[in-house]
Amino acid sequence: MEHNNTEKHGGSYTTLVLVWIGLLALTSITVTVAGISLGQYTLFVALLIAAVKSGFVINIFMHIKFEEPIFKVFIAVSGITLFVIFLLTFFDFIYR
Amino acid sequence: MASNIEATISIEQQAHRDDVGARMGMWLFLFTEILLFGGMFLIYAVYRYQYPDQFHLAGMELNTGIGTLNTIILLTSSLTMALSIAAIQKKNKALSIIMLSSTLLFALLFMVNKFFEWSAKISHGIFPGSKELLEKQNGEILFFGLYYVMTGLHAFHIIIGIVILTFMLVFLIRNKITSDNYVKLENSGLYWHLVDLIWIFLFPLFYLIQ
Repeated sequence: MEHNNTEKHGGSYTTLVLVWIGLLALTSITVTVAGISLGQYTLFVALLIAAVKSGFVINIFMHIKFEEPIFKVFIAVSGITLFVIFLLTFFDFIYR
Repeated sequence: MASNIEATISIEQQAHRDDVGARMGMWLFLFTEILLFGGMFLIYAVYRYQYPDQFHLAGMELNTGIGTLNTIILLTSSLTMALSIAAIQKKNKALSIIMLSSTLLFALLFMVNKFFEWSAKISHGIFPGSKELLEKQNGEILFFGLYYVMTGLHAFHIIIGIVILTFMLVFLIRNKITSDNYVKLENSGLYWHLVDLIWIFLFPLFYLIQ
């Protein structure tokens, strides 16, 4: 039991700083891209970049990469639930 | 015999601590938060689909610069939070305290920016129910309504985060959080990263409509 409690599952300082630099780079990309007119793709690109940023935060900052598999199942279930809610709402809204 | 019993008790006390379970509980709470904000993002999505041009028009009025600055501040605060946990894992209490204090400082900076941002909007007469806002088109009224509710609820989470992290700082200084018992700090970190995560989506949806 004891080894579970003192288990090390954080990243090194270097990894954390690198992820932070990556997140800042993605922020500057998303701000720059917003200035360019991509028509209907603008929102898609912005959300894609936001999703990549979330992936970094969840995996590294929130330690999910180092957690037990059940945590990933939890996140997948809640993510899919949210997606289904969006999907059903839009089905209703668009074909009304 | 007596020392044997004491040893058994102390082992049991350690066995009763389940850090994985504690983190799992925190994640379950975070999912309720995701559903709370998810519902609002859903309302945003439907109305943006219904009034794309008016959302565009209203979004142009937001200050992209201050939004970007707040994004950088929150991302940096997430880094210092993660570093604070990494430091306590590596038995470096002093660094952990410095990093946690920096997180608090960035959180306060975020709120100062938010104050100036909202003050500017309110002084221009744009706030829920204001005469100027109600003269605008439906889509614009909805955009600003969602802007105030969503960034407001987010800012409220930042304030709660500031209170929680202040407690963690006191625990850290008083050795209630140590290198072999830091799950409180980890769970506060999870909360703080979630607040950052929500901002990652709020930022492009409100400030980057150009």
